[in-house]
Amino acid sequence: MTAPAGHLIEISGALVRARCTAPVGLNEVVYVGDDRLVGEVIALEGDVATMQVYEETAGLSPGAPVELSGGPLSVTLGPGLLGAAFDGIQRPLDRLALSQGDFLGCGQHLAPLAPDRLWEFRPTAAAGAAVHAGDELGVVRETDSLDHRILVPPGIAGTLVDIAAPGAYRTSDRLGRVQPASGATVDVGLAQRWRVRVPRPFRQRLHATTPLLTGQRVLDTFFPLSCGSAAGMPGGFGTGKTVMQHELCRWARADVIVFVGCGERGNELTEMLWKLPDLVDPRSGRPLAERTILVANTSNMPVPAREASIYTGVTMAEYYRDMGYHVLLLADSTSRWAEALREISGRLGEIPAEEGYPSYLSSRLAAFYERAGRVVTLGGREGSVTIISAISPAGGDLTEPVTRHTQRFTGCFWTLDKRLAEARGFPAVSVEDSYSMVSADLEPWWRDEVSPDWAPHRREALTVLEEAARLRHTARLVGEDSLPDRQRLVLRVAELFEEGFLRQSAYDAKDASCSPARQVRLLSLLLDFYHRGLDALGRSVPVRALTALPVVAALARAKSTFGDDEIAGLDRLAIQIADQCASAGKAEMVEAVS
Amino acid sequence: MTAIAGVEYTGLTGLRGPLAFIEAVPGLAFHDQVELTVADGTTRAGRVLGVSERAAVIEIFGPTDGLTLGSTRVRFLGSPLRLGVGRELLGRTFDGMGRPRDGLPPPLVVEERPIEGAVINPCRREYPREFLETGVSAIDLLTSVVLGQKLPIFTEAGLPHDALVMQIVQQAHAPGVERFALVFAALGLPRPVALRYEEAFRASGALGRMVAFMNLADDSAAERLITPRCALTAAEYLAFDCGVHVLVILHDITNYGESLREVSAARGEVPSRKGYPGYLYSDLASIFERAGRIKGRPGSLTMMPIVTMPSGDVTHPIPDLTGYVTEGQIILDRALDRRGVYPPVAVLPSLSRLMSDGIGAGRTREDHEDAARQLYAACARVERARSLASIIGGDELSEDERRYLRFGDLFETTFLRQDPREARSIEDTLSRAWRLFAEVPAADLTRLPADLIARYLPHGGAASPARSALEAAR
Repeated sequence: MTAPAGHLIEISGALVRARCTAPVGLNEVVYVGDDRLVGEVIALEGDVATMQVYEETAGLSPGAPVELSGGPLSVTLGPGLLGAAFDGIQRPLDRLALSQGDFLGCGQHLAPLAPDRLWEFRPTAAAGAAVHAGDELGVVRETDSLDHRILVPPGIAGTLVDIAAPGAYRTSDRLGRVQPASGATVDVGLAQRWRVRVPRPFRQRLHATTPLLTGQRVLDTFFPLSCGSAAGMPGGFGTGKTVMQHELCRWARADVIVFVGCGERGNELTEMLWKLPDLVDPRSGRPLAERTILVANTSNMPVPAREASIYTGVTMAEYYRDMGYHVLLLADSTSRWAEALREISGRLGEIPAEEGYPSYLSSRLAAFYERAGRVVTLGGREGSVTIISAISPAGGDLTEPVTRHTQRFTGCFWTLDKRLAEARGFPAVSVEDSYSMVSADLEPWWRDEVSPDWAPHRREALTVLEEAARLRHTARLVGEDSLPDRQRLVLRVAELFEEGFLRQSAYDAKDASCSPARQVRLLSLLLDFYHRGLDALGRSVPVRALTALPVVAALARAKSTFGDDEIAGLDRLAIQIADQCASAGKAEMVEAVS
Repeated sequence: MTAIAGVEYTGLTGLRGPLAFIEAVPGLAFHDQVELTVADGTTRAGRVLGVSERAAVIEIFGPTDGLTLGSTRVRFLGSPLRLGVGRELLGRTFDGMGRPRDGLPPPLVVEERPIEGAVINPCRREYPREFLETGVSAIDLLTSVVLGQKLPIFTEAGLPHDALVMQIVQQAHAPGVERFALVFAALGLPRPVALRYEEAFRASGALGRMVAFMNLADDSAAERLITPRCALTAAEYLAFDCGVHVLVILHDITNYGESLREVSAARGEVPSRKGYPGYLYSDLASIFERAGRIKGRPGSLTMMPIVTMPSGDVTHPIPDLTGYVTEGQIILDRALDRRGVYPPVAVLPSLSRLMSDGIGAGRTREDHEDAARQLYAACARVERARSLASIIGGDELSEDERRYLRFGDLFETTFLRQDPREARSIEDTLSRAWRLFAEVPAADLTRLPADLIARYLPHGGAASPARSALEAAR
């Protein structure tokens, strides 16, 4: 143990103050007290440092020693992150359980990555080569579905003096040395450290051109997300935020998923830990756990670590992005993170802005969401970090500060609706209150990769749903029977959209996820029925004859009847729609004539 | 224990509400326990809320009126607040700080534990999957509780939540589980209510398998903050050390929240919504998250907090934040209560997040989940038919809608309504649901697979008009 750099003079909850005798930096990590609790310096004034402590502070007294770590809060990046579970400051929860048992203790310092684990390294660079930050030195097969590229860390360039031979290495082993143009050689290994509050550098930011497919129709078709964009998902309690996050974790077409359970329920994370190993990645056929990193800072764990958890998560996401992967970060929920900020700010005695939140809430949110992006990495690869964050607005009020500021910095906004959820209409994404600003950017992708119908059909369907929402208000006042037939058809078709397209059950084996092709086909079928229905109305066929057609029930059930590999069935349904709409009302007309 | 244990000082530098200020004492640690002796010889317990080189703030559990600065003696105990735990706690009633309230000597304890508890490593939690039967149809079928879950009851002033709590206390058990116990924490309950509870515990014989901690309405606000923690420390010992399945009832969390606000205001903290401190969520979570199960340990800690929604407002910070931490909610409804339906459980907004993995074949019965979904769907239709009827009048309704109106009435009388002393088995509850399904238009029984319909839908009898229609439809 090194000599203490200072001593505590005050303890107030998670916040402590120390008088320091050695120079201390802002954001420097410190070890507090005889138990060496981890903390971080958040303010300096004269020789007094104010620190937030990431562990329980009961039992600390004034006079207790404070040690400096020499650097700001950082995470270890290297093979072994996938499949692991960490707390908000990257302590390995699975390995902590082995060393401390069922409850989390204090002052435990375990390396984030298992130090004894051997990784099979295959060099791809040769000694003598000129290397730059981001260049690949070699590859480790981290899981059966992912190659972990060992890259020259940011800030290092020069001549590769030597490189390790193929073989098994620990994360602490040196793999090679780089001789910069001037100065001493730099060691590179399997793992590197990175400061969590500093975005990892890249070469260039790219526009959104490819969707991040989620398998959820209401998102992919109506409110799509692009690789590298950010989405906010506000919803009161019980609106299905968590189920939605779990579904996205399961079905989203990303190479790596970082799930940050930020101030949420312990049992939910346990459910993930329990189910993930048994769920299979539909693309690779491997367990989903192999592409997932879990950061679990439950609501009862120390609040400052909750504040740190989203930075820990996004730094790991950027690390895999730099290898050329598409990474999805799911944060559940950023409201709890903002509350952690508020709690610390309150203890610091800062002047609050709105609802007790500090005035820098919006700049912190902006800095976080700006770490999303599709980029050309330092090594010239294309990778992306996409962020989806759940928001838990107080009282379900979408005008509260966290929701409002998130709207400013994210391109997608998926509002979960309490009434839909109470009617068990999941996913409870409200069509009226959600939007995506990247849908136009994604039109070329859908046109070239799936179908030219996506963009026009999407717009028409949204128009029908919008009109139906308006008509419902009218119908509630004057009764639906007083509406003209065309409007009544719009109402029925909107219901059909809702049941046959928007609702998607997480428990439906065929429909839990929906391929882009099937999404477009389902939507075109529904619109086809709408158009033919309008034609029939023109022939004076009554609405009730149209809605009584057997094909209507078949359309409502089509999503669960025909899976992704049974699209031919949907084509047969199209023929039925044509036939039945054409002959609709004939019987009644015959009756009327005779 | 540190060197400071037992040291006594005389004199305070300030008093404000539940807080006392003293000059700093070397070695005094954050959250240390203290004992204050007042001039008249009475004592108060307290705890260090903040400490610096020069001064310390102490929160006092108990009345502070009459305290003086000069003559109050402060003794430091050198450790955080602790509760003695042991099996002998069962059958006993304590005050809000764990001192006997039943006139008996203190129980034999095996160990003293810090009341703040420790955080369960999420990797060591066992996902809750065992059914807890309350004997109340509305809860067991539609918002099933599983062992290790935290499921609050949201109520309003004047609703019969006390009767429901008492019914759950008496009837709750886990099928096939013998080691079952209850921990009851009264948080700011008015004396008459608390008295009724205590009498009922004794009279019903429930007391033998329970531990009660009673913080009453006129007990100190600061004490109320530690009562749930005492109760949970006792519950954790029984659950995780003795392998008992423990149901903890915290009644009422709203009072707890008010106390937190009171102490926070006295400390001069920056308020957030409605004057509650910014850490209300984290503080509630530090209570609720103590529910759960742990891998390799046989017991469980289930929690049913009672939350009185101020003015019936579910968006008020306390029910709102409770809803965000807990795993669902059971909502009581005033309209149902006015119609004389007991228990007045509002089916549609109530929810149990953990139920689907804890019910079904081998746990309750194979048809449980489908029956719950079908009943739920039917209740949603009743709601729509009723609101339609109130606008356009009953005569304008379609035949199906009129059937749902009848279904709604039958649902309330034959399923929801239950005597406060009637314990229904899950089989009884399920068969009541199936008798109701016979009243649903056959084409709407879409949540029920055909094999379950064949097995469970009643044949013949009074409730058969739907039957023939159903057969025709299939």
